[in-house]
Amino acid sequence: MNPVNYLYLAALLFTIGAAGVLIRRNAIVIFMCVELMLNACNLAFVTFSRLHGNLDGQIIAFFTMVVAAAEVVIGLAIIVTIFRSRHSASVDDASLLKL
Amino acid sequence: MSFPLLTATAVVPAVGALATAAVPAARRTAAKWLALGFALATLVLSAAQLVRFDPDAAGPFQLTESHAWIKDFGVRYDLGVDGISVVLIALTALLIPFVVLAGWHDADPLEDASTRWRPTQGFFALILMVEAMVVIAFEATDVFLFYIFFEAMLIPMYFLIGGFGDRAGERGEAETAAQRSYAAVKFLLYNLVGGLIMLAAVIGLYAVTAHQLGTGTFSLTEIVQARANGSLEFATTTERALFLGFFFAFAVKAPLWPLHTWLPNAMGEATAPVAVLITAVVDKVGTFAMLRFCLQLFPEASKWATPVILVLSLISILYGALLAVGQRDIKRLIAYASISHFGFIVLGIFAMTTQGQGGATLYMVNHGISTAALMLVAGFLISRRGSRLIADYGGVQKVAPVLAGTFLVGGLATLSLPGLAPFVSEFLVLVGTFSRYPVIGVLATVGIVLAALYVLVLYQRTMTGPVAEPVRGMPDLRARELVVVAPLIVLLLVLGVYPKPVTRIVEPAVEHTMSQVHQSDPKPDVHVNDVEAAK
Amino acid sequence: MENLIGLLVLAPLLGAGVLLCGGRRLDRTGHWIGTLLAAASFVIGVVLFADLLGRPADDRELGATVFSWVPVGGFRADVGFQLDQLSMTFVLLITGVGSLIHLYSVGYMEHDERRRRFFGYLNLFLAAMLLLVLADNYLLLYVGWEGVGLASYLLIGFWQHKPSAATAAKKAFLVNRVGDVGLSIAVMLMFTTFGTFAFGPVLEHAEEAGEGKLTAIGLMLLLAACGKSAQVPLQSWLGDAMEGPTPVSALIHAATMVTAGVYLIVRSGAVFDGAPDAQTAVVTVGAVTLLFGAIVGCAKDDIKKALAGSTMSQIGYMILAAGLGPIGYVFAIMHLVTHGFFKAGLFLGAGSVMHGMNDEVDMRRYGGLRTYMPVTFVTFGLGYLAIIGFPGLSGFFSKDKIIEAAFAKGGTEGWILGGAALLGAAITAYYMTRVMLMTFFGEKRWQPDERGELPHPHESPRTMTIPMIVLAFGSVFAGGLFSINDAFLKWLEPVTGHAEGHSPVTATQVTAATMVVLVVGFALAWAQYGRRPVPVTAPPGGLLVRAARRDLLQDDFNHVVLVRGGEHLTRSLVYVDHTLVDGVVNGTAASVGGLSGRMRRLQNGFARSYAVSMFGGAAVLIAATLLMRAV
Repeated sequence: MNPVNYLYLAALLFTIGAAGVLIRRNAIVIFMCVELMLNACNLAFVTFSRLHGNLDGQIIAFFTMVVAAAEVVIGLAIIVTIFRSRHSASVDDASLLKL
Repeated sequence: MSFPLLTATAVVPAVGALATAAVPAARRTAAKWLALGFALATLVLSAAQLVRFDPDAAGPFQLTESHAWIKDFGVRYDLGVDGISVVLIALTALLIPFVVLAGWHDADPLEDASTRWRPTQGFFALILMVEAMVVIAFEATDVFLFYIFFEAMLIPMYFLIGGFGDRAGERGEAETAAQRSYAAVKFLLYNLVGGLIMLAAVIGLYAVTAHQLGTGTFSLTEIVQARANGSLEFATTTERALFLGFFFAFAVKAPLWPLHTWLPNAMGEATAPVAVLITAVVDKVGTFAMLRFCLQLFPEASKWATPVILVLSLISILYGALLAVGQRDIKRLIAYASISHFGFIVLGIFAMTTQGQGGATLYMVNHGISTAALMLVAGFLISRRGSRLIADYGGVQKVAPVLAGTFLVGGLATLSLPGLAPFVSEFLVLVGTFSRYPVIGVLATVGIVLAALYVLVLYQRTMTGPVAEPVRGMPDLRARELVVVAPLIVLLLVLGVYPKPVTRIVEPAVEHTMSQVHQSDPKPDVHVNDVEAAK
Repeated sequence: MENLIGLLVLAPLLGAGVLLCGGRRLDRTGHWIGTLLAAASFVIGVVLFADLLGRPADDRELGATVFSWVPVGGFRADVGFQLDQLSMTFVLLITGVGSLIHLYSVGYMEHDERRRRFFGYLNLFLAAMLLLVLADNYLLLYVGWEGVGLASYLLIGFWQHKPSAATAAKKAFLVNRVGDVGLSIAVMLMFTTFGTFAFGPVLEHAEEAGEGKLTAIGLMLLLAACGKSAQVPLQSWLGDAMEGPTPVSALIHAATMVTAGVYLIVRSGAVFDGAPDAQTAVVTVGAVTLLFGAIVGCAKDDIKKALAGSTMSQIGYMILAAGLGPIGYVFAIMHLVTHGFFKAGLFLGAGSVMHGMNDEVDMRRYGGLRTYMPVTFVTFGLGYLAIIGFPGLSGFFSKDKIIEAAFAKGGTEGWILGGAALLGAAITAYYMTRVMLMTFFGEKRWQPDERGELPHPHESPRTMTIPMIVLAFGSVFAGGLFSINDAFLKWLEPVTGHAEGHSPVTATQVTAATMVVLVVGFALAWAQYGRRPVPVTAPPGGLLVRAARRDLLQDDFNHVVLVRGGEHLTRSLVYVDHTLVDGVVNGTAASVGGLSGRMRRLQNGFARSYAVSMFGGAAVLIAATLLMRAV
């Protein structure tokens, strides 16, 4: 199969994720969309790795997974804390941090 | 290695500041005495400097100390004094004890205020901090070292202006606080802008020296030497740009018209001792730096800029005096009078004659003492009535004759009455200017009429006439206040009759500066033989 | 002997220091300390005078350099004294009249609780005035010059609780400061021209400087003299200065300080001799002022202000004489000395009258006082005869000489100046007769004071009458004594030089003319104030009278042009400073603030809008990168 198709898939997934981040209000959903974008990137990296015939892309994909895992831990913790204090997971409600 | 006297003179007040700040909140009085003690110790060290200073010694600087500091950028910890700086250090060291004494109760907490913070300790610590920084700025012969302390003294000054003020009186606490913080921010911003432009010029100076000498340097002596032996040559435009960068910062600090508007705000809102600190001590760094850095680093550009600067200082003299006449607030009046006096100082510096520059240096000293006397007495007056408005007073001399008398002497010194110190310096500046620029000299002389006008109007409205109702029962000067004012007045009289000790120290340094700028005094038209002239 | 000169200044200075810093302890003895030190100064003066007289005429000069005052570069000012015949004359006048007035003040100020301070100021004045006449260079003279100005300020405003006194004091100082600008510039000009401002070298080398420089110096010195000596156009302060206690008016504003301008011009004779234009200016000022003062003196009802107008006028005579050059210098000084006697005497007499009349100054409320105050009447009367130039009395000798010298100037100028001086003599006779008649003759027109009490005029105490008697002796005999063998002329000639002019009229003709105008002036006054009763309230009078009452509108002019103009100027400058200069700064601050306020709106706190800008930014970056590739 033409490896370029994987890139199309990655772009599609990224776009879906980006659209989700912009449109949805629920913090959990936004979070999942961010994950989707990260994984779209991972897919692209792996594809490039294959295309160029070296392992750089795959190594970066591992880094991304580690970062994503760490991010999930912190992000979910924040979301849960916000939900506990505000009884809502809407990102629009948490808009106090401004000048 | 000999005892590092110059470092010690700066370190003692700095240590004093830390020690004062560390005194526990409850021991307020102990903190005051501690601060006074350190201020007096600094005075002793400064006196030691004067004793060890030899006016006739060869070489530009004495008591020098030199250590490498930031090697990569050629920054050195170089200290040294010439006749001009040693006198100004003495002035600073002399005035600070009076400032501390005069401000004895200025930072006492109000009865109802909570005392979680330690404002009293802070007040005196900040004053000593300013002293330390000013002293080191006077001593530094490395441009970068000077720049650091030139800028750093803004920080304690900012807190002194913004944090402490007169009792609110009728204007109300909130209004007063707003005015005060406006004044403090204005002071800071003005001086920061000046300082930033100077920083660019400082870096530019480094770039030029690094390019031409191979290794960059900030050392005043090295640069002057390199220029003298031709290994360092500024392009005309570069020199002018660098000169303007330095001059701008000093003109803000001095302050010269039209960069003066921060001074009336700052002096008006600050307590009288802090106002003295601003005008008599901190501002002097600006005029001093013109003499030491502008003229010595950039002699050609200085000559190029002279006409404009002379006109600006002439405007300062007349404009400041006219505005002083129009003020309704005692402290702002004195501030505008100071602007007029700073005009005289800058005029003297850039007249490029021995009389002008010697007079300007003497003027810095005399203006420090006379403004301190006038401002501190005004402060005592204001603290009694709680108002800065001239209209709120009247007939004070009837109820408090000693206060009125000392106020009059301070005022007469401000209007340069012969017999008091400022006359000598003002006349020297005028003669020095006149012998090179007669028209400007004559116009500046008009300033003495305006000076008489604002001083006498102030005195008449506050001290004479029928006793105003709120003034009735006002106490005369207390012992502590008299201890502050009396020595200043004695000094004004002594230096007015016998200024020679100061001119003796200053003159060689001025002649050195003049030779740096390649200037000599104009010769008189008629040759009167020397025996007669000496008589 | 030289050391005594310093002591001459030091004695009253010490008195001033002790009295002003001594505190209330000295309240009971202070006035005697002050008087004693003034007298001590006089004694020293007499000792020095005797010493000078013992020397040959061309060697009567003592000098002493005390210490070097301001040495900076080529600028050398010393504190040094020079005592020659001219200074000596002044020293004796100042300390002599000064001591008498100290004595007088003991009585006059008896009921004033601040008497100690008054004597401190008087001593300060003596010290400054002595410094002025003894200095051996112009800068030190300047110190004395401003010192007397300060003393005058303090003494005019002595009763500071009266706003009018405080204002008058301020005005005197300010107008004098304008004159001081002249002196300052003159000293600077001397420094740039000669490299020094000591009398010796400057006056010796004066003619080498060229006429232009000398004219400039001369005009500046004239400006200074105008300020100090109350000459047109800087005369306006003298009338107001009468707010001060009367002994002050007698000592400072009649006998000594106001004559400092004459001293300055005579001392700088060499400068003026080389600058004919400056001399013309001097005589013009003198002639104008002698008429101006005389006219003002005619219209005033306040006895002190009438005398002040007279002082102005008499100093006008002196300035006129000084401007005539060597033919006039000696007579200027001679008139100065005789005027010192009779004008001080007149003022002390006026003070004595006020003392007896509950401090009333309006002559329209006097009348018939000669029987109540016989000593005052006689001494005042002798002073009166002296000032109008009654034959044989002091004024006759000195004033006639000036009128003669004015004619001797020659040409049209001589006729104009001589004519003015003669006219002045007539007016002098008129206004002095008027003062005399209104005060001591005629009906009693006494009015109750604010407390409703009618005055009970009485003769003043001994401390006041003795000085008046001594001064009356001076008024009568000084002129005659000076003229025996031309003693005064011979005494001063080595310093000032002297030249005989070629007068178109003879001395006898001048004397005759003076007598005629004297009689005319007297007759006019008699017709107006002697034969007819004097109304208690002043009649409205014609245009000239009303103008003269207001000092010939000088004050109105000053008020409109200088005060109003100045107020507008300062007010508009305050406005400019606040709105324009400060406005630029505050405007910059405000525009930065406004900009950041607008930028702040972008930070709305919504995470998703931040995300949009992030994606948008990324998209722009990518597009830009692609575009760059494509190009």
